[in-house]
Amino acid sequence: MTDFPADSILVLLEATPTGELATSAAGLLAAASQVGTPVALAVTTPGRAQSLAEQAAALGADRVLAVETASASSDLTIPQVDALAAAAALVAPEAVLVSNSIDGRDVAGRFAARTGAAIAVDAIGVSRDDEGVIAHHSVYGGAYNVDSAATFGPLVVTVRQGAVDARAEARPVALESLEVPASGAASATIESVEAVTETSSRPELRGAKRVVSGGRGLGSAEQFALVEELADALGAAVGASRAAVDAGYIPASAQVGQTGVSVSPQLYIALGISGAIQHRAGMQTAKNIVAVNKDPDAPIFEVADFGVVGDVFTVVPQLISALAERKR
Amino acid sequence: MRIIVLVKEVPDTYGERKLDLETGLADRAASEAVLDEISERALEVALTYADGHDDTEVVVLSMSAESAATTIRKGLAMGAASAVHIADPGLAAADLGLTARTLAAAIRRTGFDLVITGNLSTDGSGGVIPAMLAELLEVPNATALSSVEIAADAVSGTRTVDGGVMRVSAPLPAVISITEALPDARFPNFKGIMAAKKKPFETLSATELGIDPEDLSVAVSIMTAIAEKPPRTAGTKITDEGDGGTRIAEFLIENRLV
Repeated sequence: MTDFPADSILVLLEATPTGELATSAAGLLAAASQVGTPVALAVTTPGRAQSLAEQAAALGADRVLAVETASASSDLTIPQVDALAAAAALVAPEAVLVSNSIDGRDVAGRFAARTGAAIAVDAIGVSRDDEGVIAHHSVYGGAYNVDSAATFGPLVVTVRQGAVDARAEARPVALESLEVPASGAASATIESVEAVTETSSRPELRGAKRVVSGGRGLGSAEQFALVEELADALGAAVGASRAAVDAGYIPASAQVGQTGVSVSPQLYIALGISGAIQHRAGMQTAKNIVAVNKDPDAPIFEVADFGVVGDVFTVVPQLISALAERKR
Repeated sequence: MRIIVLVKEVPDTYGERKLDLETGLADRAASEAVLDEISERALEVALTYADGHDDTEVVVLSMSAESAATTIRKGLAMGAASAVHIADPGLAAADLGLTARTLAAAIRRTGFDLVITGNLSTDGSGGVIPAMLAELLEVPNATALSSVEIAADAVSGTRTVDGGVMRVSAPLPAVISITEALPDARFPNFKGIMAAKKKPFETLSATELGIDPEDLSVAVSIMTAIAEKPPRTAGTKITDEGDGGTRIAEFLIENRLV
């Protein structure tokens, strides 16, 4: 079984701490199918590969290579890098796509360093020309579009989570197990993993179609509930400015901006957010921006399609009831 | 113990940042350059450990333009014992692979027990350099740590990954990266600034590290196109006269956003 198509694109599947296929897989497999034949690689603890392979095939994986090893849950990064190196040697892919997650970046970085491959990070999509695969990037908070490619050899690409909306067609499950010689590379030990189960029914911030964010203008953690209320009325994810996170209104995972999550939703509503450039860097690629702030000079209004200078505590409740009215 | 902290000079995010549309390089004249805040936090982790351990030496290391020397000196003023500055015009357009190879060569040359970096720089936000260094230096990586415990022969910490919180540990030598969950850095005081002037400051070229930036036998990532997006323009701005919420609802409905 070494007959891999010349346009093979190797996709590293990520699993959640509970062993499910991570949500990043759908976008990665779709991106791969746009430029070639998606060959997925699953690195799991023993007995888990079949289920991951079925899920990956449903998302467009043409073939799934499986590496089952106990070290997947005990050693950090190295088992995935060893498996990726073995898979790349077998498949000779044109590109290797990995999620731009914390773990994905580590695996991609080590793999590129080990194999001497060119690496392109935080891509928002891939395409191809006569000479091979091209990665597309949106940099400096979306102010510039940059394309990159490898001078030769496979391009290793980390793909921004939630950036690829397309979905590939399901394919039949074709699972092959892959033997991986251990590299013996020194690894950190995973001592424990505590799965954090999302108790919220709200959409995940990354990749959400609508986002409602709150800033310091909300005044307190209790009053931040207004942001959540509007988000729920719109079926939106909840975000926040760094000021709101630093003030303890909401956990850091909700931070939108330069040092938080970058979002490009259809609709972004900024409540009580002044719009410092670091915040704008994480949201100004949104298709539509609505802002409410009591300061008429707040920079957020410079990027807002619709801005209301006013008090969030009167404007937002009115908006929520107007939306409720419409639903009736 | 010798701790090497990687520091980076970046364009200040409080101003507009520009890329040169001819070369694709950062337009350094367009914005003020500062020591990346995450680099300062990484240095703080090292200095805090050194405060309690007299035998610990903290070295700041940077690969950046020659003009970045002043920014790197801030690390000495904060308390690092010495600085290594890789300044070579030939590295100006270095991709991640060349950057990692050059940094790894300098780290090897200096010698290390622990390398500490920020998890993501505020300009490139690549986040792959720590793992690439660990691979090239043949040591374990423990990245994106939101808490760090350094011991004489090991490092451990907590990392928040997608869907969970992970405890990891690694024997030294190792490479770690930290997140902005770690404490703010100390300010350099007057005494520190004066002392910094006398501390060892080594400037190295690529050649001195045995690196050929023009080596075409190595695959590199090249920029093939660059375009500036037209800046977003402001739309309608109204002052709430008692109907602000309703007007937003109308805007959302008109634009089919609900």
